[in-house]
Amino acid sequence: MTAQIERDKYLDMYRTMVRIRGFESNVERLFAEGKIPGFVHLYIGEEAIATGVCAALREDDYITSTHRGHGHCVAKGGRLGEMFAEIYGKRTGYCKGKGGSMHIAAVEKGILGANGIVGGGLTLANGAAFSARYRGTDQVVACFFGDGATNNATFHEGVNLAALWNLPVIFVCENNQYGMSVPQKHHQKIVDVSVRAQAYGIPGVTIDGNDVIKVYETAMEAISRARRGDGPTLMECKTYRHKGHFQGDPDVYRDKEEVRKWITERDPIRRFREFLLRSKISSENDLETIDREVEGEISEAIRFAEESPLPAPEEALEDVYA
Amino acid sequence: MREITYVQALNEALREELKRDESVFIAGEDVGLYGGNLGVTKGLFQEFGEKRVKDTPISEGAIVGLAAGAAATGLRPCVEIMYVDFMGLCLEQILNQTSKLRYMFGGKMKLPLVIRTQGGAGFSAAAHHSQSLEAFFTHIPGLKVVMPSTPYDAKGLLKSSIRDDNPVIFIEHKFLTDFRGPVPDDDYTLPLGEAEIKREGKNVTIITWSYMVHVALEAAERLAGEGIEAEVIDVRTLKPLDEETVVGSVEKTGKAVILHEACRTSGFGAEVSALIADKAFDYLDGPVKRVTAPDTPVPFSPVLERAFMPKPEDVIRACQEIM
Repeated sequence: MTAQIERDKYLDMYRTMVRIRGFESNVERLFAEGKIPGFVHLYIGEEAIATGVCAALREDDYITSTHRGHGHCVAKGGRLGEMFAEIYGKRTGYCKGKGGSMHIAAVEKGILGANGIVGGGLTLANGAAFSARYRGTDQVVACFFGDGATNNATFHEGVNLAALWNLPVIFVCENNQYGMSVPQKHHQKIVDVSVRAQAYGIPGVTIDGNDVIKVYETAMEAISRARRGDGPTLMECKTYRHKGHFQGDPDVYRDKEEVRKWITERDPIRRFREFLLRSKISSENDLETIDREVEGEISEAIRFAEESPLPAPEEALEDVYA
Repeated sequence: MREITYVQALNEALREELKRDESVFIAGEDVGLYGGNLGVTKGLFQEFGEKRVKDTPISEGAIVGLAAGAAATGLRPCVEIMYVDFMGLCLEQILNQTSKLRYMFGGKMKLPLVIRTQGGAGFSAAAHHSQSLEAFFTHIPGLKVVMPSTPYDAKGLLKSSIRDDNPVIFIEHKFLTDFRGPVPDDDYTLPLGEAEIKREGKNVTIITWSYMVHVALEAAERLAGEGIEAEVIDVRTLKPLDEETVVGSVEKTGKAVILHEACRTSGFGAEVSALIADKAFDYLDGPVKRVTAPDTPVPFSPVLERAFMPKPEDVIRACQEIM
């Protein structure tokens, strides 16, 4: 990459991370204010993964997401207004208020949906990847899931089939080290999820999921491998969620010192910001401009959602069948 | 008209749809070179190649998930789950993904896919290869459920199912594998949601589907000897259900017997019974009867299995009771 392309790419990634953080902090606030129904799973602390992976994807590539899906959707180009509107249950939302936080999809952006079922996206990703190859395109699919999902049948059935058929999928395990309240060491004997790749005859790699450049570079490699027909990669990104499993989670199961360390010493945005300044890719001023612009975008998106109409009750009966 | 078997009719439907539409593909366990467990996909691998006819690992969840992801991105998968009993292994993909994605995503994607499977008893295959689970799938919004009883219906309904833009659970009956019947040479389809009156009658309506249609027809023949003319309705698609034909027939006969091979409790017969109570109550001259299998798993020993499956005599008795 030339220095200019690299600089633009890095600033785009910074913007995406700030956008995700801003989106989620506002969801947190609005949820606390009682403006958002249901429940929400925040992506705060994991921004580097969605950002790094999606920065390596093409616009026409696909992603499948998880119940903690806002970050993936933002990173793949989801519009913030439609996202907020969906979370508010408004008619102007991505799913007309029928999906909510855990099911936002934007097919036109290649976002095949957040998914309320742990591991729900794994086999769907195979289908999209198969379809791309069948149709003769070189699109790839990035499939996000958590450490907990890797104990599920869909993980093993999905990765096996993708490996067998050399499907263009990048399996991205966001290992935030907890399956809801259960620490990884209590839900699987292995330390690195990536060792499971070996069982399916595909490459597996474990990286620091809070280092956005590392995520981006690893994804680039996995994606080009998939695009040239060499099949899937299992990419494990070690990370940590700053908040509880969902908003309102009393979070009694994590050691306070552990939480403090991850938040203060390993925050992915602060780390990237410091890198950009230290390596003189960007000035404090440039980054502050981005921060301010994103803040404006988010206020505008929230305004759009709040001013949008609620669906009419009879719309509940629509969209069951095509 | 020429006569072919139920399996040949299904095979023709698949061949014609593979030919007609490049976006149709087949995937499942042993559907390739082997030609399918009961021979439904025979010859298709040789004719269309491994791009269009895909052998998969024994991974039911992966098969249905593959279909859902492919359907969401522009293809029309027609996948096979060898026995309806194995649907338990891919229930997540059916219950939470395939059936709901369109609705949850605000109608912004179509899921045109077919899951073909075989159900029913009669071969001493016991409780893991013999169930009738159709009611289960009718209870999940977003799915269509089709259960053909003849070669003609099987071909026409499978072609329509493949062309439909929604997920369709297409349940064949293994006992009908070699059943022969007239099937035209030319391309035809049968609409989903349209029942057929397989036998006209004026004294009692028997509402049924799949293999039990033939049990009902035999019962009707024998009842005719006693001067009771039974009308036999094959609903053909359980969802959408052709309510009009059912209600219209009960209006004519005033009596209804529902026959199905599935266990009684919460079977689809209960749904049909509720429909009649709701929309044909004033026409009824007697109680609505259900003839079903008992609430037991399907047994192995032929003598036990025969006791399990509803027989013409059971249907005759039910009809006589309300005469």
